[in-house]
Amino acid sequence: MRVITVAGPPSVGKTSLILKLAKTLREEGQKLAVVKFDCLSTDDDLLYRREKIPVAAGLAGSVCPDHFFVSNIDDCLQWAQDIGADLLIAESAGLCNRCSPHVQGALAVCVVDNLSGVHTPKKIGPMLKMADVVAITKGDIVSQAEREVFAHNVWRANPQAQIVAFNGLTGQGAGELAFHMRGAPDIETLEGRRLRFPMPSAICSYCIGETCIGENHQRGNVRKMRFPEVLA
Amino acid sequence: MSAHMSPANLSLRLDEAQRLNPAFATLIGPTPKPDLSLADWLASLDSGDLDRLKFSRVELEAHLLALIQDAQGFRNPVTRIKSLRILGGRDKTGAAENLDLDLRPGAIVSVVGPTGSGKSRLLGDIECLAQGDTPSGRRILIDGEIPDPARRWAASGKLVAQLSQNMNFVVDLTVGDFVEMHAECRAVDNPEQAAAEVIACANQLAGEKFSAATSLTQLSGGQSRALMIADVALLSTSPIVLIDEIENAGINRRQALDLLVASDKIVLMSTHDPILALHAHKRIVIAAGAVLEVIETSDTERAHLATLEHYDRLMSELRENLRHGARLETLPLPFGSLE
Repeated sequence: MRVITVAGPPSVGKTSLILKLAKTLREEGQKLAVVKFDCLSTDDDLLYRREKIPVAAGLAGSVCPDHFFVSNIDDCLQWAQDIGADLLIAESAGLCNRCSPHVQGALAVCVVDNLSGVHTPKKIGPMLKMADVVAITKGDIVSQAEREVFAHNVWRANPQAQIVAFNGLTGQGAGELAFHMRGAPDIETLEGRRLRFPMPSAICSYCIGETCIGENHQRGNVRKMRFPEVLA
Repeated sequence: MSAHMSPANLSLRLDEAQRLNPAFATLIGPTPKPDLSLADWLASLDSGDLDRLKFSRVELEAHLLALIQDAQGFRNPVTRIKSLRILGGRDKTGAAENLDLDLRPGAIVSVVGPTGSGKSRLLGDIECLAQGDTPSGRRILIDGEIPDPARRWAASGKLVAQLSQNMNFVVDLTVGDFVEMHAECRAVDNPEQAAAEVIACANQLAGEKFSAATSLTQLSGGQSRALMIADVALLSTSPIVLIDEIENAGINRRQALDLLVASDKIVLMSTHDPILALHAHKRIVIAAGAVLEVIETSDTERAHLATLEHYDRLMSELRENLRHGARLETLPLPFGSLE
């Protein structure tokens, strides 16, 4: 079983990319299963069902979406194995730019879009920096120059990644992504494997339901901005 | 991870590495001991430093070595090709397409055919260097060879630049700052001068002038198209340019094509515009998903071009006059003579 993590900021076209890719994989005779991680709600599972792709949807609800992901991903792998899938794509939405769901030894894909501006690649953290493949969407509506600058900035942020231009409307780029996925490592279980980057250290009062603002309510692992140093 | 790097680079001093690649300096930020070797510096980082840099130690090392390697010229060479060969696939009914077309740098080819006939598919096949794996079944050879899969995918983004009617500038920067940024990506010696050349060139193509201080998002459609073409001709590394229907762009089309030819690129443009179609050396006629014919532009056709351009100029003049508030009570010759 090959496991692929697909992560990216909201609305970059992760689901469109996976749907187009699914068509290419199906033509190659590969059986795909998808797990969609989201925060509060998702309708994307319906899109996958409509294409007859086995899908599990996980909503983090009140739990940090990254922690929810890592606590459940191995169960998802077992499920995908049980239904006889050749590969499992874990689509993560709702991650902050500080985080990354990428696991050592599993193919890591980050999706970003050209519309987000040429400075975005350096603002996205480990999700992009630690990906094996970076797919750049929405290139059909921006200038060639911006595409080149954007791709260059992605490369600066992650010089080791394969950069793939992907058109979510036509599916152009799906063949290339499928090529990279054929090379993804085979995995029996994720048990004992490590995240490529640790999740934020936390456990403060707000993690466990505190809603009130003020020094008296801040306990545990709290980091304060120091004035006037932060103005420098 | 691709572990193809020289460990010798680990003994580079931080200040040496920073000089090699500005991206290195941006990434590690100010450093109190610039004379440390990269290896010693990496060893000195604690978990707080790594958290700030948003990398694990292993990843950071691989990442920095990749940046150094790039600066040493192992990657990103300018892509040059000698030929682009398009081999036929099949039409929409599955019948074989009779096509073997070899294009060399400097070639201008138009792609004509009714809407929905498959012009964009042909451009798409070239963009992804199709190998019988797209709906058309076409195959694309570079320098006479089938690119092996790894090279195919590594090359596809670099070989082909695209321009289309739907494309816009979306970044919130001035023209000058942005074009300079693009020039810096290309590591040209003098980005400021390169940007000035692109802007001057775009101004020759566009009807209305703009300056380096103009905001990109304020450019008119014609100005945007002019800047995109000048930029592709002068700054893009890609040896192949695909143009999708830019006829209504309000730019000097002939100059635009001359500019692309002068930059020694292979240009394919899908078009409904007779002037653009006849300016090409060849035109590919598409129907029902396949190439029907490849026509060399004849001398007679080229001679007609002068007449067509004459009428085109008259239409432009009319357009300009109306735009400036003129009335059109009497039609000028030759339009008037037709009534």
